[in-house]
Amino acid sequence: MAVLSKEEAKQIIDKVLAFSKADETSANLDGSRTGNIRYARNSVSTSGETTNLSLSVTSVFGKKSGTATINEFDDKSLEKTVRRAEEIAKLAPENPEYVGMLGQQNYLDIKSFAASTDAINPDFRAEAAFKSIDPCSKKDLTAAGYWEDSTGFTAIGNTKGLFGYNAATSVDFSITVRTNDGLGSGYAVRDVNDVSKLDVALATEVAIQKAQASSKARALEPGKYTVILEPTAAVDLLRNMMGSMDGRNADEGRSFLGKKGGGTRLGEKLFDERVNIYSDPQNLEIPGSPFGGGGGRFGGGGGGGGSDGRAQEKVVWVENGVVKNMYYSRYWAEKKGVKAIPPPSGFIFAGGNESLAEMIKGTEKGILVTRLWYIRAVDPQTLLYTGLTRDGTFYIENGVIKYPVKNFRFNESPVIMLNNLEAAGKPMRQGGNLVPPLKIRDFTFTSLSDAV
Amino acid sequence: MNRRDFIQIAGLSTGAFMLPGFANGRTVSPEALLEPGLDVAVKKRLADAALNAAKSKGATYADVRIGRYLNQFVITREDKVQNIVNTESYGVGIRVIANGCWGFAAVADAKSDVQIAKAAEDAVAIAKANSKLMKQPVELAPQKGFGEVSWKAPIKKNAFEVPVKEKVELLLGVNDAAMKNGANYVNSILFMVNEQKYFASTDGSYIDQDIHRMWPNFTVTAIDPASGKFQTRNALSSPMGMGYDYLQVNPKDKVTGVTTRYNMGYDMLEDITAGAQQAKMKLSAKSVEAGKYDLILDPSHLWLTIHESVGHPLELDRVLGYEANFAGTSFATLDKWQSKNFKYGSDKVTLIADKTQVGSLGAVGWDDEGVNTKKWDLVKDGVLVNYQAIRDQAKIIGEKESHGCCYADSWSSVQFQRMANVSLASGKTPLSVEDMIKDVKKGIYIIGDGSFSIDQQRYNFQFGGQLFYEIKDGKIVGMLKDVAYQSNTQEFWNSCVQVCDDRDYRLGGSFFDGKGQPSQSSAVSHGSSTARFAGVNVINTARKI
Repeated sequence: MAVLSKEEAKQIIDKVLAFSKADETSANLDGSRTGNIRYARNSVSTSGETTNLSLSVTSVFGKKSGTATINEFDDKSLEKTVRRAEEIAKLAPENPEYVGMLGQQNYLDIKSFAASTDAINPDFRAEAAFKSIDPCSKKDLTAAGYWEDSTGFTAIGNTKGLFGYNAATSVDFSITVRTNDGLGSGYAVRDVNDVSKLDVALATEVAIQKAQASSKARALEPGKYTVILEPTAAVDLLRNMMGSMDGRNADEGRSFLGKKGGGTRLGEKLFDERVNIYSDPQNLEIPGSPFGGGGGRFGGGGGGGGSDGRAQEKVVWVENGVVKNMYYSRYWAEKKGVKAIPPPSGFIFAGGNESLAEMIKGTEKGILVTRLWYIRAVDPQTLLYTGLTRDGTFYIENGVIKYPVKNFRFNESPVIMLNNLEAAGKPMRQGGNLVPPLKIRDFTFTSLSDAV
Repeated sequence: MNRRDFIQIAGLSTGAFMLPGFANGRTVSPEALLEPGLDVAVKKRLADAALNAAKSKGATYADVRIGRYLNQFVITREDKVQNIVNTESYGVGIRVIANGCWGFAAVADAKSDVQIAKAAEDAVAIAKANSKLMKQPVELAPQKGFGEVSWKAPIKKNAFEVPVKEKVELLLGVNDAAMKNGANYVNSILFMVNEQKYFASTDGSYIDQDIHRMWPNFTVTAIDPASGKFQTRNALSSPMGMGYDYLQVNPKDKVTGVTTRYNMGYDMLEDITAGAQQAKMKLSAKSVEAGKYDLILDPSHLWLTIHESVGHPLELDRVLGYEANFAGTSFATLDKWQSKNFKYGSDKVTLIADKTQVGSLGAVGWDDEGVNTKKWDLVKDGVLVNYQAIRDQAKIIGEKESHGCCYADSWSSVQFQRMANVSLASGKTPLSVEDMIKDVKKGIYIIGDGSFSIDQQRYNFQFGGQLFYEIKDGKIVGMLKDVAYQSNTQEFWNSCVQVCDDRDYRLGGSFFDGKGQPSQSSAVSHGSSTARFAGVNVINTARKI
């Protein structure tokens, strides 16, 4: 059984901690069952299911720490693992940045587990693949897609009295539909905690429509354009920016949040005043994790591995265009005398009520971008990124989509982009975040691509 | 673990795609990395249990991989050790064909015949279930069995035999040199890998292999507090299919010139000393004027352009559409290959796939489906002549046997087609870098890999670098910054006008080439001599925020 209840998990962790002879000991118990199905050329290529239950023990003497891992849970194995962690710790070099373990925390109640997802079996996955392949076959189109579902839990505990438990489920689904002449391609991607909220057929239909509509694209000159970035496109640049909000890097002057002459840009207005970004682990659409700080979705925790036990809370990162918070490792926060906010498990970009269709209707001239691809940092100083549009790029004129256009390479910074904000529509879930479609003026396309 | 997590652990800003096998690995003591794995006789017994179970359930083909994957990372910044991680992952993966369809099952920590036979039966059951959705039965290129054979990477020093203390001293020493030479911050890492793989198949092969990889890397950061600007310089090392001997410095492995580069031996102390000084110099370097330039690309840079614009588009599974939902497809379609006259590049361009090259990341004796490795042409004198294909694809391109480039990044992953080492052949006539530069009127000499991005069919790309030198009228006149070049694969390789001779040949490579869903990573090298490309579009990447 890969998914243990809170009581079962606590029993194992308590047993482990009772074996401890170190100054401090923590235990991290993870269990999951992950299943997937992959298809291409309208046929299933691979499918599989893996279960995992593993315990990681970290022992600390002074500022020396050691970690050992095991997936056997009899008393003898547990004790052996604690002893091994202690041996590794004794031989480890001192980490001058080590900060003592946290005591008990108040964790928020988060509903990230859905019984519907927990119940998924191989037949369910095959049916999902069929629902996605069948309409494509019937329309003489080619589908390639990937489905991955997971059900699992994490429990953490330490000898200072901390204990936390969270069970979560997730489904990630993506589909690429191509026309058989190779001239059109469409894409849709969805992620949910509760599989009953996922409509595979509807997502496939979106990809089908984009594939058919994107065929025979015309070339436009590269340059600066007003764009509407669909949430699938906007999320990537925003995620990269959120991943660069580490306080230490800013303090050290090697971040876009570093300031001329030293110090950080915390409190400065860096974006259009309509930019508001926050995180809320209890948001029902993107339920997060009650604890973070060990790397998190955006890293910054350092050390690699499980959570350091910090409680996740609602945090405002950008308010009315002003940088309000950065995240910190516990060491750096202590050194700077600031609150050790962990990186969030997901973020919410507050938008409006306008739908994508309404945003298109309100656009005189512009480019609609379905998705961005192969995004890489060009300059960490300015957060300049390059990448390409993919799977559905269209020219908008007088409120209607006129024709598909060839893909572009962009060179753009999310900081510049969020200064050129024209409008933000209704947010939708994307990779565990809530992101609206964004209308941006003067988005920089630097060359054309022949890729479909 | 994904690339972002790795970078968080390592504190590095570039140079990695994904960390293989780490998520599956258990943390162990450094001594455990030197413990022997299972005896080869035991592995054969376990393998036979799997093969027999699969056949008895109706499999027409089966292979079993018994894998032990060992990793060690030593991670430091300035005067501190941030982390030392040792991991071990052991398990068995079984792949079968039943009812004409693939099935796969894997089992962790399996050491009994019963466990392994059960996994083999599961694999057959999955194949039979999947066969209901099958369009065409799998057809494997014939492959003879090799009996009981073995292959060991020809390393001189197993990195795991070197005490952790010595590795820590090396890194703290190089960090100290960086700080003394003008760096404000420095992150450094040693990353060492040993794959112990046993393969057996119903074709009658029992193959035991021992593979080693090594990657020393660093990033130095220089800051100008007055302007708030910062610049970085990454190591000019390469991940190699070598042991700790890669860090044994030999003068013959050094290429001198505008900065020192390295061949089969890497002087980390020397490189970081130069790197710290160069990061500082970059702060005051001239910002490039956008326009067309002749590019002189050093092997420490060109490997990544070869990887993205040649290695990937010539993977047959991409060409056929199997990667359409993730990595993408390819512009190098079958009709272009069939025409026998598709000019991938100029007649100076010959690109070779090779799974045998000594010291390379891709070198093995046999691939992960029991095919003996080889070397073959992909592009010959500019013309597209072949792809990279494995056993179930060979027939599609009229090959009688697989190219031997099948790989899985763990015992728990399904093996599939992965990139061989793909390298640019050196020029046939003697030509040094100095002589090449003498002829350039307006050019940029680029050393080291930087930012990289390419579209999903591998037409349009953009690359940065570590060091950029302006060439005017045959002479290097100074350092540039904010440089990136954009081109189209076919246009770029057709603009190749010169390639230096093999005295300049060096390998670059990646530890973390990502492909597949769920994503797997593989390690691959790309060799070349310095090459010149005429009239490439260069953009200026400076922005103000």
